[in-house]
Amino acid sequence: MVLAAVPSVPPVALAEIDSSCRVPVLFLFACAAFWVVTASIFALIASLKLHMPDLLADCPWFNYGRVQAAQMNALIYGFAGQAALGVALWLIARLGRTVLVQPGYVVAGAIFWNAGIKLGILGILIGDTTGYEWLEMPAYASPILFVAYAIIGVCGLLTFHQRREPTLYVSQWFLLAALFWFPWIYSTANLLLVFFPVRGVLQASINWWYIGSLSGIWFGFIGLAVIFYFLPRLTGGPLYSNPLAMVAFWTLALFGGWGGIHHGAPLPAWIPSVSTVFTVLTLIPLLAIAINWNKTLGPANWRESLPLRFVLFGAVAYLLAGALSIADSLPQVSQTTHFTFFTTARTQLLLYGFFGMTMFGAIYHIVPLLTQSEWPSAKWADRHFTLAALGIALYVASLALGGVFQGRALNDPSKSFLDVLRIGLLFFRVSTLGDVLMLAGNGLLALNLGVWLVRCCRACCVPAIVAVVKPQMAGLAR
Amino acid sequence: MNHGPLIFLGVFFALALSWFGLVFEPQLQLGNAQPTTNVVNTAELYPQRRPGLAKQGLDVYRSLGCASCHSQQVGQTGRTYDVALNDAGTNRAAVVGALLKVMPGATAAELEKLVAGPVPLKVLKDVTRAVADAAVGKLEPTGAKAEVNVIPTGPDIARGWGKRRSVAEDFLFDQPVMLGSQRIGPDLADVGSRLPVAERHLLHLYNPKIFEKKSVMPPYRFLFEKRKIGREPSPDALRFNSEFAPERDCEIVPTDQAKALAAYLLSLRADAVIFETPMTVAVATSTNAPAVSTNAPVAAATNAPAK
Repeated sequence: MVLAAVPSVPPVALAEIDSSCRVPVLFLFACAAFWVVTASIFALIASLKLHMPDLLADCPWFNYGRVQAAQMNALIYGFAGQAALGVALWLIARLGRTVLVQPGYVVAGAIFWNAGIKLGILGILIGDTTGYEWLEMPAYASPILFVAYAIIGVCGLLTFHQRREPTLYVSQWFLLAALFWFPWIYSTANLLLVFFPVRGVLQASINWWYIGSLSGIWFGFIGLAVIFYFLPRLTGGPLYSNPLAMVAFWTLALFGGWGGIHHGAPLPAWIPSVSTVFTVLTLIPLLAIAINWNKTLGPANWRESLPLRFVLFGAVAYLLAGALSIADSLPQVSQTTHFTFFTTARTQLLLYGFFGMTMFGAIYHIVPLLTQSEWPSAKWADRHFTLAALGIALYVASLALGGVFQGRALNDPSKSFLDVLRIGLLFFRVSTLGDVLMLAGNGLLALNLGVWLVRCCRACCVPAIVAVVKPQMAGLAR
Repeated sequence: MNHGPLIFLGVFFALALSWFGLVFEPQLQLGNAQPTTNVVNTAELYPQRRPGLAKQGLDVYRSLGCASCHSQQVGQTGRTYDVALNDAGTNRAAVVGALLKVMPGATAAELEKLVAGPVPLKVLKDVTRAVADAAVGKLEPTGAKAEVNVIPTGPDIARGWGKRRSVAEDFLFDQPVMLGSQRIGPDLADVGSRLPVAERHLLHLYNPKIFEKKSVMPPYRFLFEKRKIGREPSPDALRFNSEFAPERDCEIVPTDQAKALAAYLLSLRADAVIFETPMTVAVATSTNAPAVSTNAPVAAATNAPAK
């Protein structure tokens, strides 16, 4: 059993743990950085296409619907998924005080994962999308992702099983639940929507369930695990209350996966109602988490540590996104906000503001530990925070506000649809600026990692290759 | 003591609860849904499968990601009721007497004229169900034939995006079902009855600016073929009557994909009167129509539950 008794073996030294994680975790991070830049570029193209409909209009690959889907998939599976897996593996090893099991398999899994995403996004661009939001990758790509995840996930579970630290920290609960939950929702959704499709609007219900579960449980749990680990660690104090964190865990597990079904949906009325009830109940974990973090934080100086700044931003964004999703689940509110840019703002606040920023913080903290060296440029890292924070704030604020105005106009039939659109697009233009800032910030992260990789290659790989090649060259010359 | 398995099961069930609620239970309720004779006052089965070309068009719609800008769900916020007098009967005086009670502001002389005039006559507009029923209750004993018309209301319906809210049946045979979550473009749930001409859709796909100068919809020129006119112009070629026409010796011919997409758009109709969404289909009112229509069974299709 997974949570079986722990053998009484002395814990492994930290340096050894980090060195076991080095290759797989850095590989996952580097790929994540590549995809977050790719996603930002797609996002920028999609955003620009709403300003200039004629942009790339004769190229079906870059049609708005396809670019938009490619952007979401690159962000969710390419960036968020890989960053999450990398951080999760490192945390499981660190918190269990044991080395990562089978790092080679993790790398193989990550290569599969990337191949799957590339194939999937190519599939979306050539028009093979499945048509389900967040699951657009065609049937020839999703099984690859599933297998890749299984390989990485099993390594994570085995690492957890071999832990040498008998007491469990709350982050481990979150990580383990998330590790199990993804294959369940991903396989269920793909099987019931793509491979053996169910009938009619049931598809919509399953699609919404998948989106709610992926964002609420998977991203939520992994992001929370990271925040619950880093907040006490970077501020130097203990976690305020473990029981309170456990309350958050259990209530979130119960109520977190139900969100997102709006009241006008052409479904039996009980489904959106149940969805609303459970989403409102997420107020309990949200409050528990807010109190816990607030008390843990104390008078810490958040200016000093860059990772802490990222993580704190993520924490605030999580609470805000949670509050917005509760508000949005109420029929009175969603009547205005649904079908508008407000939904986009909420999703992006959760995906980038909370999850992305938290992962960036973790990456900035973990990479120097794994590489035993500083970041090539601390300034770039600092700029990354400023740009990303400004970008996401601008993006979310403009679209959330714009969405409300747009929704009010949409509900007023005396305003023509073109007027409604004009109100929405007014705010949308501001959000494009946010897209540009985020792209610049993400570019800095990729640059930082890239420079580090080049240096590392020069330092370790070149001598190794030279050592192999030189005698042979000498032999040839003779 | 080892609580591991117990905790594992606990977490498992906590997480699986949402699966049970949003996947399993709806499957039990809707998974085997069949088309039924649910259309009011006919034995017609609803829904019907889309025709073959429209089905191909659904694939084009999916492939181009049209659903990222267009929703296919008409919302409805409520219902309002009208009372219509379909036949004044023979006892005009009694009808006028009843109408005097039903329509407060009116005088007897006005009502005489109205009753003698064409039917159906709107007696009350935009009232509650109770008021409408009471009015019918007063009119019927006089030998007149009155009915309550059920009219769905809401901003989407006022925009002309549909006549009633979208219901689960409307999507039964679609694969995939693309309800959409953004309205960067108008809702398309009922576009087939709103714009019932294929060429209109083709022109719009070729260049949305033909119909709306400030449209942000991208032109789908790659769904069309521009070619030199041969011996005689293609019968499929688009007919332009504006500055958007191509050069004189060229013609714009829709590809099979464009034709399929237009057929799909035409097939998007959510106007069947079914029991889930009570509404009265407007009976065409012509000023000099005879009291009883001779050529069409315009049995008022109200599916309001029996009193």
